[in-house]
Amino acid sequence: MLKQIEGSHAVAETVALCRPEVICAYPISPQTHIVEACGELVKSGQLENCEFLNVESEFAALSVGIGSSAAGARTYTATASQGLLFMAEAVYNAAGLGLPIVMTLANRAIGAPINIWNDHTDAMAMRDSGWIQLFAETNQEAADLHVQAFKIAERLSCPVMVCMDGFILTHAYERVDIPDQATVDAFLPPFEPRQVMDPAKPYSIGAMVGPEAFTEVRYLAHEKQLQALEVIPEVAGEFQTVFGREAGGLIHEYRLEDAETIVVTMGSVAGTVKDVVDTMREAGVAIGVVSICSFRPFPSAALRRVLSGAQRILVLEKGFAVGFGGIVATNVRMALQGVDTHVHTVIAGLGGRSITQPSLHGLFASAIAGELEDLHFLDLNREMVERELARQRESITSGPIAENLIRDIARGGDAARA
Amino acid sequence: MSQIDEFTPEQKVKFYQKGTFTVGNRLVDPENRGVQASMDRSNAITSGHRACQGCGEALGARYAIDAAMRAANGKLMAVNATGCLEVFTTPYPETSWQIPWLHSLFGNAPAVATGVAAAMRAKGREDTRVVAQGGDGSTVDIGFGCLSGMFERNDDVLYICYDNEAYMNTGVQRSGATPPTARTATTMPLGDSPGNVFGTGKNLPLIAMAHRIPYVATAAVSDLHDLERKVTKAMEYRGARYIHIYVPCPLGWGTKSADTIHISRLVTRCGLFPLFEAEGGRVTASVPIRQQVPVEEYLKPQRRFAHLFKGDEYGRQSIARLQAMADENIRQFNLLREHEETLP
Repeated sequence: MLKQIEGSHAVAETVALCRPEVICAYPISPQTHIVEACGELVKSGQLENCEFLNVESEFAALSVGIGSSAAGARTYTATASQGLLFMAEAVYNAAGLGLPIVMTLANRAIGAPINIWNDHTDAMAMRDSGWIQLFAETNQEAADLHVQAFKIAERLSCPVMVCMDGFILTHAYERVDIPDQATVDAFLPPFEPRQVMDPAKPYSIGAMVGPEAFTEVRYLAHEKQLQALEVIPEVAGEFQTVFGREAGGLIHEYRLEDAETIVVTMGSVAGTVKDVVDTMREAGVAIGVVSICSFRPFPSAALRRVLSGAQRILVLEKGFAVGFGGIVATNVRMALQGVDTHVHTVIAGLGGRSITQPSLHGLFASAIAGELEDLHFLDLNREMVERELARQRESITSGPIAENLIRDIARGGDAARA
Repeated sequence: MSQIDEFTPEQKVKFYQKGTFTVGNRLVDPENRGVQASMDRSNAITSGHRACQGCGEALGARYAIDAAMRAANGKLMAVNATGCLEVFTTPYPETSWQIPWLHSLFGNAPAVATGVAAAMRAKGREDTRVVAQGGDGSTVDIGFGCLSGMFERNDDVLYICYDNEAYMNTGVQRSGATPPTARTATTMPLGDSPGNVFGTGKNLPLIAMAHRIPYVATAAVSDLHDLERKVTKAMEYRGARYIHIYVPCPLGWGTKSADTIHISRLVTRCGLFPLFEAEGGRVTASVPIRQQVPVEEYLKPQRRFAHLFKGDEYGRQSIARLQAMADENIRQFNLLREHEETLP
């Protein structure tokens, strides 16, 4: 049913249609509206046979999920940012135990300085944990990915993180087609766990493994992700058959025909990039977009197939490896080993900074003109940075950077030097 | 004097029943007989595990889990924190557990158990009961937040802490449950105040009681019948329950493997570890001390307290302070009352 609905609510309503049996919640912006809505759906009786637990931390939230999933219950939770880092140990553990938990990550920056706005630093921090990480472009896709996530997770016995941009998607009111219960039931079979705690057939789950088998256990986690490269498009195909619309899969391709320049990105910014690409296409520029839906597993072969013909590739990403550069870009470069093309890394949208069409237009034009550096920070206020560097050169006790920059802005730039 | 008071380390054969007021199973009504005395005992933890000789935790866990198994008619699932018990029962590719057993992390066993219980509730299978267990490190330190949350929500979990008063699995480092003056690898007997500091202590049974959960008890491996009874009683309740079991660690404490029961008996007799039960946040019962011993008798056989017995002022003062702690426990839990009033 078509609804004008907030992204968080669309996700909560869709999750409820997946008949989760345990939902655990700890509030963190911008995830809060999702778990609030889940709690309401359980309390009001709209979501039956589901336990909704308010726990004392994100570490507990995912730990409760580990217990409920191991006991055979379809399990859902949601978090963001610091919350994901606070549960980091459990994130790795859930994947190591092969528990098909589905978790929404309302992508948000990581502090310090504390910042509640969107970027992808949180998801990137957990990219090697063994979870499948799917990135939604729109609220419709965010909702649809959750239905697929349970199916993918349970088919592979592997946890799935559905990443949706904090505020940009979670708090945006848009038209979303919320499926009906019968259709979701037709698509998503009841959870049949690969392993389950059952007194009738007792297993020991989570036993210690030493050097004699640890490599094999870890390799099997990798093998599972390789299988996911097959399962994710399969499930997206099944979804399209049942629901009649496209969502998910490994990558989304846009206007790639004869593209000399291809922008690779993830999440909601793909929409803005597409608009800029449309404008440039109208002006005769051969430019297209690839948006990565599945960041883990990383769709190397699919990217290689679509990117190999391009002269230049711009990887636009909302996070980076401090002291090195791009994370997504590094993955893209690995996928393109031996391919003769130039890969630029563009870091953008950190801590919620708007990625505007004019900025993108200028960025793409400079790349095409051969003027773009390999690693570029979009809309970086170089003067502000230089003033802080000067302060640091002047005094070893120059004070906290965040404070200095805030004062710098408040005093209007140069005045801050006084 | 009892046999115990004549104990010497050289003693080869010990008859634990003698002088302990413990009654043999044959003299007890069938319904009061020990779980371990039954041919039908479940053997939740089978032999062959890798615990050290004289491990109090292995003993406590076997009695506790078998008692819980009997109370749950075999429908019991366990969540285990990282630690000795986890490591010595599940060396790859073997396991000692005959029940569904889940180990996740060091600090999350209470939350994982909450999840298991929630799954059972969602599926309408609440006849399957859940225990969580861990050592003192996972309970009073790293898992404390999760434990308090589990208590506060009154989740249907029995949490059992096996307290050997330090991080033994990692090589005997201090925990929040390490007693003052005790030597550990991180509180060495050096400097002006050798051993662990005199802090304010972190008494988890009392903290559990402050949550007013349905049932809290302390137990020790020197009175296994009492331990089984308390586990059985805990299983009669729904909601969050907590049992804190004193389990000597020969390796970490520098005690003889054969003295585990003896040391456990002394700690209860000197008053440093009161045995009590609490329901809804109020103490409802305690086990009186029948033969009080001074704390020296408990401390002296343990190498972790050896630096208190050099005849110096620090040692004398420390022993006096530990005696004061024991005396305070005795007063608080009324442990030196006439014992008739507790006889059945």
